[in-house]
This record gives sequence, structure tokens and C-alpha cells, in this order.
Amino acid sequence: MDAQALALFFAYTLVVLALARPLGRWMHALYDGRPLPLCGLEQAIYRCAGVDPAREQGWLAYALSVLGFSLFGIVSLYLILRCQRALPFNPQHVAGMEPWLAFNTAVSFVTNTNWQNYSGEAALSYFSQMAGLTVHNFLSAATGIAVAFALIRGFARAETKAIGNFWADCTRVTLYLLLPLSLVLALGYVALGVPQTLGASVEVTTLEGARQTIAVGPVASQLAIKMLGTNGGGFFNANSAHPFENPSALVNFIQMVTIFALGAGLTITFGKAVGRERQGWALLATMTVLFLLGLVAAYAAESVASPALHGLGLAGANMEGKEVRFGPAASVLFAVVTTDASCGAVNMMHDSLMPLAGLVPLFNIQLGEIIFGGVGSGLYGMLLYALLAVFIAGLMVGRTPEYAGKKIEAREMKLAVIAVAVLPLFILVLTALASVTAAGLAGPAARGAHGFSEILYAYTSTVGNNGSAFAGLNGNTPFYNATLALAMVVGRFGVLLPALAIAGGLAAKKRVPEGPGSFPTTGPLWVALLASVILIVGGLTFLPSLALGPIADHLQLFAH
Amino acid sequence: MSQAQSLFTRELLRPALRDALAKLSPRVLVRNPVMFVTALVAALSTAILIEGLLHAAPDLGFQAQLVFWLWLTVLFGNFAEALAEGRGKAQAASLRATKAHLTARLPDGRVVSAATLKVGDVVLVETGELIPADGEVVEGCASVNEAAITGESAPVIREGGGDRSAVTAGTRVIADWIRVRVTAAAGQGFLDRMIALVEGAARQKTPNEVALTILLAGLTLIFLVAVGTMPAFAAYAHGALAVPVLVALFVTLIPTTISALLSAIGIAGMDRLVRFNVLAKSGRAVEAAGDIDVLLLDKTGTITIGDRQASEFLTLPGVTRDALIDAARLASMADETPEGRSIVALAGAGAPLPAGAEQIRFTSQTRVSGVLIGERALIKGAVDAVLRRLGDSADRAAASMLRELADRIARAGGTPLAVADGARLLGVIHLKDVVKAGIRERFAELRKMGIRTVMITGDNPLTAASIAAESGVGDFLAEATPEDKLALIRAEQQGGRLVAMCGDGTNDAPALAQSDVGVAMNTGTQAAREAGNMVDLDSDPTKLIEIVGLGKQLLMTRGALTTFSIANDVAKYFAILPAIFVVLYPALAVLNVMHLASPQSAILSAIVFNALIIPALVPLALKGVRYRPAPAGELLARNLAIYGLGGLIAPFIGIKAIDLVVAGLHLA
Repeated sequence: MDAQALALFFAYTLVVLALARPLGRWMHALYDGRPLPLCGLEQAIYRCAGVDPAREQGWLAYALSVLGFSLFGIVSLYLILRCQRALPFNPQHVAGMEPWLAFNTAVSFVTNTNWQNYSGEAALSYFSQMAGLTVHNFLSAATGIAVAFALIRGFARAETKAIGNFWADCTRVTLYLLLPLSLVLALGYVALGVPQTLGASVEVTTLEGARQTIAVGPVASQLAIKMLGTNGGGFFNANSAHPFENPSALVNFIQMVTIFALGAGLTITFGKAVGRERQGWALLATMTVLFLLGLVAAYAAESVASPALHGLGLAGANMEGKEVRFGPAASVLFAVVTTDASCGAVNMMHDSLMPLAGLVPLFNIQLGEIIFGGVGSGLYGMLLYALLAVFIAGLMVGRTPEYAGKKIEAREMKLAVIAVAVLPLFILVLTALASVTAAGLAGPAARGAHGFSEILYAYTSTVGNNGSAFAGLNGNTPFYNATLALAMVVGRFGVLLPALAIAGGLAAKKRVPEGPGSFPTTGPLWVALLASVILIVGGLTFLPSLALGPIADHLQLFAH
Repeated sequence: MSQAQSLFTRELLRPALRDALAKLSPRVLVRNPVMFVTALVAALSTAILIEGLLHAAPDLGFQAQLVFWLWLTVLFGNFAEALAEGRGKAQAASLRATKAHLTARLPDGRVVSAATLKVGDVVLVETGELIPADGEVVEGCASVNEAAITGESAPVIREGGGDRSAVTAGTRVIADWIRVRVTAAAGQGFLDRMIALVEGAARQKTPNEVALTILLAGLTLIFLVAVGTMPAFAAYAHGALAVPVLVALFVTLIPTTISALLSAIGIAGMDRLVRFNVLAKSGRAVEAAGDIDVLLLDKTGTITIGDRQASEFLTLPGVTRDALIDAARLASMADETPEGRSIVALAGAGAPLPAGAEQIRFTSQTRVSGVLIGERALIKGAVDAVLRRLGDSADRAAASMLRELADRIARAGGTPLAVADGARLLGVIHLKDVVKAGIRERFAELRKMGIRTVMITGDNPLTAASIAAESGVGDFLAEATPEDKLALIRAEQQGGRLVAMCGDGTNDAPALAQSDVGVAMNTGTQAAREAGNMVDLDSDPTKLIEIVGLGKQLLMTRGALTTFSIANDVAKYFAILPAIFVVLYPALAVLNVMHLASPQSAILSAIVFNALIIPALVPLALKGVRYRPAPAGELLARNLAIYGLGGLIAPFIGIKAIDLVVAGLHLA
């Protein structure tokens, strides 16, 4: 590994870890409901909405609030997209979106997936971008963090049914965390050269005398929350590979840091809430280990270009599909980061990654995006794996398994298994469906193993609520719009609802004091164990499909 | 019953093999989802094989072998369970034989079958007869041999009233007679419960087993999807996968190993407890034993040896040491209590009791004992009792100095015993509780395991504190009443801790019922035996500590084999996946890291390994993994290395070895 890449990876990891504690503590302040500087505004919002933040909800009420809120979001976003022609801020006179595509897009943004079967600059008005998509970039992120808060309360509390008030959690996260950080970031991006305007596209005459339309718009504001909320939906179709959406190496670095920032911080929030910050650090360490493993593997694979190019006298790293501005190291790092988290923003074509380097993002998502993960969803996904790991290995110390002071029994196991099974179930079944039906086979641009990878990636990305595309797959067909939307819904709520149900059950239990007889859930042994369980239970399921996709692809490519 | 029994004797193996076949009934199999699914796919493969035979399809020999090993996987699981049950059944059979011949003599002299007795009936049992039903002694006193249930041939005394009144059906009166009021109806007595227990007939899944079964069923579902979607993926690559091959992959991936052994582990855990002469009324209680955080231990018998021992003679000023020793010795020579004997032993040799000496017996009124030699009364007893007896005749100054001495002894945790010669006070004997040898180390072990120990004693706080310090027990409850005990248990449980205790008296019953693990002494009252969730047939309160260990061992065995089973999957993937996919993409042959001879041989070897690992692990499942007290972190590191890492590596070696045999014999 060259020094430049090493320095970049090192600096990146260091910055993310350094931010974890301050952010985690700040989120803990939001979590425990203490009054904060803008509380007058906060109270005013509650009064307008008729919410009493002190009235806490049981898990079912909390879950129904999340579902109702999301359903409202999907319907309203669908209507905005369908009617955008008649709505304001539409200087390009963009037409309303077709029904299937609008449905897919609405589901995509509300579920924090941001899978895009359209090209933003051509298919969306500024109003749709701002009032539709950007709003949901905030709200879907806030929902994720709120659910994580609820699950944390399940661990931290004892003998109660209440796991918090969804509306209050959502309001506080948006008001005190996402909005101020986005504001600062957006201004920073503007200073670093990202456009922010409500003006129409710019018409220019090029040096050759040709007329060119250059798309601009309110980019910086969406870019900030796109990363911070691990949404990933680009303003432009080219996403963060577009020079206006990612003008420099510094902006690229900031974007990557903000993808992991809140996911990393939430582990500390958890540790602080359950009374032992070390619990949180252990989760963070596990995430870091898995992240670095994937990063090193991907970068190693990407450092060797296709043998087909050797004949042309080209050696060195694979440069296909990359922005020359960023080069292999920053591109691979971005690809790994965006799939570890459920972000899905891209600064390169994942389809052009070397097969084994492409395997890493795929595998990251298949593990459930628990490596830092989506804001909130990463933590609750990781905690579900922690429950599995504690149960599988915990018996070996001769006690009923416990995690963070709570006994893990049949109910928790049932729900955790459901949540963990949702991913393989829907990814594999939908991929199988697409690989044997004519409508499904019409999608991939490539044939053979690589075409299979494209299909597999699409369903993996949507069930995992990632939203990044391998590209190469034409997803804007009724078949894909519908099945991908289904994938996004089950991927989001199939994990979120069991997590809330677990929170409810755990909150009702007594807290078991930790002692030398308790299963150790901090320290290197636990980190290694948790990582192994994630790799074996989460990963082995996908080995057959990976063998037929990227692994076969790689072996064929290097066969000669 | 407590003797060691070899795992694989012919008497055990033959019925186990027969039962393994009987357990193929779907109604039995369905209780274990993973084995049920395995049997289903074995049946499916058999149907495909038969269909192939009709069409003379290719590769039938290979398919037939797969089918054979699939069925064998199911049978091995059944066999493990049958073997575990079989060990109990042998015991049950002998108990049942005892029960079949029981008869009862009613007060009117009629002799009837024990099966006709009702609760409340009174029966007479005389020397040489078997007690026909569980009950309370209402009249008489007899020595009873309880070897039939405890395995201990030394007789025990059973008498009406007090805490030694409970008798058990099937035990034999060897001297004297007793009248017994029946307290358990026919079929619901202790013996019946014990038979059901050792047979495993009344076995229900424990909470922990239920949770594990859910996890295993969930993994099975996930692998069903992983394998079930493969034909579609293969179709995309313009290939087809044979169903028997997919079945083989599926069965090797699902956690058959732990599922096959799961119930055997549970039965064997209960069985270990039975062999240890402890009867648990449910598997739940055994699991709870592993989770115990607080142990309430009775001081007497558990921490100290039952009786106090004389340790020192302390004289009053003006009294020679010899005078005191001599008086103490004489006063105790007729005293047959252990305390009395220890005084004589400490005093050493001396003159025998003169002829005509008359013993002054201890009564609950006087609370002094001693000897009357002519006019001279040598007495010993509690300080207050002695002073009261002497009354005004005692010297005031001596009396106050005596009290001072006594207080000093009490503060040091001892019991003072005053000695007087006539009206003259001589001094005090220091009686001391003797802490059992090795108990300090046991407590240190328990502390390392994170278990808090609390000593329960009727002593005053001073004495209790001193014994607590000497024995190393974590905490103590002095001047404990049954209500205090109950309150302590409730307080600990409120803090999320699980509490274990043992007891024998009727007044212990509420605390026994409240505790998470309540071990009743077999010599105790019927009420205590009903309230506890375990009964110790040896009536040895020290065993509470071992019971915790046995509970932990059960959970550890289950966890170790689960980890092993899941870790095995990595190797199985590397054996079968390249074998299946190499027809689609020849380049995938490089994944054949074990260099197995051929795709068919690879598949066959994996399925053979998957089947054979079950009987190979049966001894471990039945004996339990090695257990020694240690902090959880240490246990985890050790077991992860053995069963986690071992589970990753072992199948690579095993499958390769089987492949060499398969290839050598040209089986595939």
C-alpha cells in the first residue's frame, strides 16, 4: 500500500474516532431530554403539533408513530413529485414524475435509502429537491436516530413500559443536531465551491462555439444532509462524482467524515446511557475493525488493474470509472465508507471496481450496514448482532446470556432472528426472482457473472436501505420500480419494528448488575467474537451468491 | 445410584439403538425443528432416489449414499437423545420395581396395596417393612434406611414432630415402629416424581432451550433461503443444480450438530444432578442454578462444622489453671455432647470420676450441667445460667470479672461457658465455632466467579462477624429469623440478582419458595420439601455450591456445542460450494482449498462428516464440558479457543480425512 493511501486512511479513521466522543455526548444530551438552549422554540413546536413530550410511549405506540409518520411522508412526497409541474421553484419547467417512478422515489427517500431511478437535474424541480427530498433527508435520518434512542432506553431503563416519545425524539434530533450541523456544513461547502442558487441552469457557449447547459441549483444544502443523514441521494445524477457536488479533495474528505460521524457518535451515546462508556467503545472498535478489513481488502484488489489492460502496456491501479481528481485511494475509501454506512452516495462507478473490490461494498451492505451504519439504523442493527453474539457464545460462561445488564431470552432471540433474517430473505429471494424472469433479466447491462452482480447489488442496496447503485442496471421499469420499492420498505421496517419490540421488552426487565461472573462485553475478546459472529452469521448466507457473482467474475478475469 | 456409570455399556446401547428408530415418528421429531427439517429433506431425497431408480438415472450410487447418510444424521440425533434417556430409564426401572411391591397396614390391621392409599390415611410401619407412601410421622420413632432413594446406607432417625418427620415411600424401617399419615396420593409421591424425572418423561423445554431452539430454527430458515435461491442463480448462469446436491449442502449448513444433541445435553444435565443425589423438580431450576448471584449459606454445617469446640481455659484471678481445668474436665466427663467431649479432650488426662458421682443433667430450665461429687457440685453452663444458679452465694467481684471475660470471648466470636466449683467461680471455657477446612478457598473461588456469599446464622452480630472474617464469607445475616431471610431474598431479587438457599424446617418454606434455587434437605419437613425446587437426598447444605457448578456446566455445554456447530459451517461451505459451482464456472475450482478428490467426493465427505460428528460429540454432550470456577472472561477465552476456533478448524481436517477414505474406496 502506498504512503499516500495509507496517510489518507489513517487520517480519516483518526478524525472519525476523534469526533465520536463529542458527538456521542451531545446526542446523549438530546437522548435524555434535558432542556437545551433553543428550548423555547422546541416547546413552541410541541404546542403547535399538540404533542406533550413528557408523555412517553410504549413500544407499540412508538412503532405506530414511526409507521404513521413514514406513511404520511411517502404519500406527501409522492404527491409533490407527481404535481411538481404545477408547484413553485420550477424554472426548468420539469414535468411531473411518472407514477411508478414517483412511488419508488417516495419510498426511497422516506426509508433513508435514496435509491435513484432518475436523473436529479433532469427529472426534479427545485421545489421537489428542497421541500420533497431534502426534507426527508432530515426526517428519515431523525427517525433512524429516534429508533436508536428508543432501543438504547430499552437497555438503560428497568421495569417500565415507556421507551420515549417519538415526536419529541424526532423534533430534538432535527432541531439540535441535524439542522445546526447541516447549516454549518452547507455554508462550508458553499465557501469551498459548491453551488447554492435558485436560479435556472446556466446556458454557455463553449470555446468550440457549441451551446451547453450547465445544471446548478440548491446543491450545498442538500449535500450537507445527504452525507450527515447517510441518505446519499445526489442532487445530480453523477452524485458526488459531479464536480459541483464534490469540487475538491477537501470537500471529498469532509463528505466521507460526515457519513460516519453520527453513526460513530451513537455508540458512545449508547455506552453513556447504559452507564458504561466502554460498552460503546467496544461497539465502535468492532465497527472500526470490520471497516479497516474491508478497506484493506478493497484497496488491495483495486490496486491491480484488469489484465486486459496489461497488453496495452498499462499497469498500476484500476482507474476505470474513477474521477482522476480523487484517484484510487480516495475513491475506494469513499466506496467502502458509503456502503459500511447506509449512505449510498458515490464518487465513482462501483460497477467499474475490480470484481473483488466490488465485492466489499456488496458484502458491507449484506452484513446489514452495521459498520458505523446508517444514522440510528447502524447502531440498532449492531445491537441486534450483539444480542445474537451474546446468545451464541454467552452460554459458554455458564449463565443465561446478558447484554448491557439485560437478560437475553426467547423473546429477544425471536425478534433478533427475524430482524437479521429479513436481509438475506429479501435480498436473495428478490434476486432469484429477477434472475429467472424476463422482466428481471431485462435490467442488467452486462451478461454473465457481472450482470448477476448488478442485479444482486440492486436488491442488496435497496433492502439494506443503502441506495448506492452498481450502475449498469436499468431500474426504471415497472418491475424494478415495484420490487425495489418493496425491498426498501421491508428492509427498513423489517428491522426497525423488531428493534422497537425488543426495546419494549428490555425496558420492562430488571437490570442485572454486572460483575466478574457476567459475560464480558467489552475488551478485545468481545470485539473479536462480535466481529466473527457478524461475519459468519451475516456473511456466510451470501457466500453462494458472492461466489457466483464477484468471485466467479474475478476468477474468470484473471484466469489467463 | 451415585456410582459412576460407563457411557457406552451394552445394556445401554442396545435399547438406545432401538429407541432411535422409534423416535423417527414425525410426532416425536417435530419437537426439534432442525431435525424435523432434516428428516423431511431426507424423505424428499429418498423419493427422488426411488424415482431415479425407476428411470435408471445416472449417479444413483452416489445419490443412494447421500440418502443413507442423511437418514443416519437423523438417527444419530435420535440415538443421542435415547442414550441420555436410557441412563435414566435404568434407574427408573429399579425404582419402579420397589414401588410395585409396596403394601400398607391400616390401623385396623388390614393390609392393602399402597396404590389404594389416600391423603390423610394413617398407616403403621414396623421393623423390616417398607414405608408405603410419602407422609409425616405422627407417632413413634424409628431408624429408616433410605438407600433406595439416596444410595446412602447409613440409617437416619425419623420421629414425629420437629424437623425430622418426613418419610418417603420405598424406604425401609430397620428398627422400631412409626405411624405415618399419608401426605401424597398414589402416583404423586416423591418416588413417582423421581421416576418421571430420571426417565425424562416429564421433561419440558427450559426457557433457555426454547430461546436456543428459536435461534437454530431461524438459522435453518436463513439457510433454506440461501440454498433455495441457488437454482435460480444457477439458471441465470445457464446451469442446473441437482436436488440431492442442494439437499446435501442445506443439511450440512443448518445447525444439525447442536440440534441433534440439544435434548441429550438437557437430560444429561438433570442426570448429573440426580447422580449427585439432588433432585431438581424442573430443568428451569437447574438453569437458574447457573445464573445464581447470591448464595445464602447456613453457618452451621456449611461454613462451620456442626459443633463448637473448646479452645481455651481462662481463669479468674486467684484461681490456678489446674483447678479450672480439673473442674471443667470432671463436670464434662458424663457429658456426651460434642461440646462436652471437646472440653474433656482439651483438658487432657486426669483422675477418673470418683465412684458415687452423680451427673447433673442439662435441662432447658437450669441450662447448666455438671457433676455432683458428694456435697461438691461442679457445674458449667452459660454465664447467666451459672450465676443465677449460684445466686447470692457468688462473690460480687468475681462475678463481674467473669462477665468481663465472657464479653471478651463473645467479641472474638466464641461462646463462653462459665465453670463453678460449689459457690466458687473458677473461670470460663472458650467454645469456638470451627470453620471447615477449605471453605475459605471455596469462597474465594465463588467471589472470582462473581457470586456473593451470605452466611445466615442465629448468632449475635459480634460472633457472626468474627466467623465471617475467619471463613472469608462475603457477608452475613446475624440473629436471622425466617422473616429476615425472606426479606433479604426479596431485596436481592429486587436488585436483579438471583438467590439460592437451602433449608429444612417448616419455617424455611416461604424463603425456599421465594428463592430462585431453593434446595430442601431430604431430612426436612414435608412443607420444606414442597417449597423448594430441588431436594438434596444427602441433606448436605454444602452441596449448594456444587449445584451452582452443575447448572453452569449445563449451560456451558450447550453454548460450547452451539458455537462449535455454527463455526463448522465455514469449512462445509469450502467443501461443497466449489463442488457445486465448478460446473457453472470452472475457475471456481480454486475455492477447493482442501483439494478434495472430486466434486462428488467433496459433497459426500461433507455430509459424512456432518453425520459422524454427532456420535463423536455424544460423550461430551452427556458428560458436559470441563468446568472449573473462574471469572467469566477466563471461561470465555478458554471455551472460545476450544470450541470456536476448534469448530473452525476441526471440520477442515475431518472432511479432508473422510475424502481420502472416500476416494480410496472409490465410493464417489
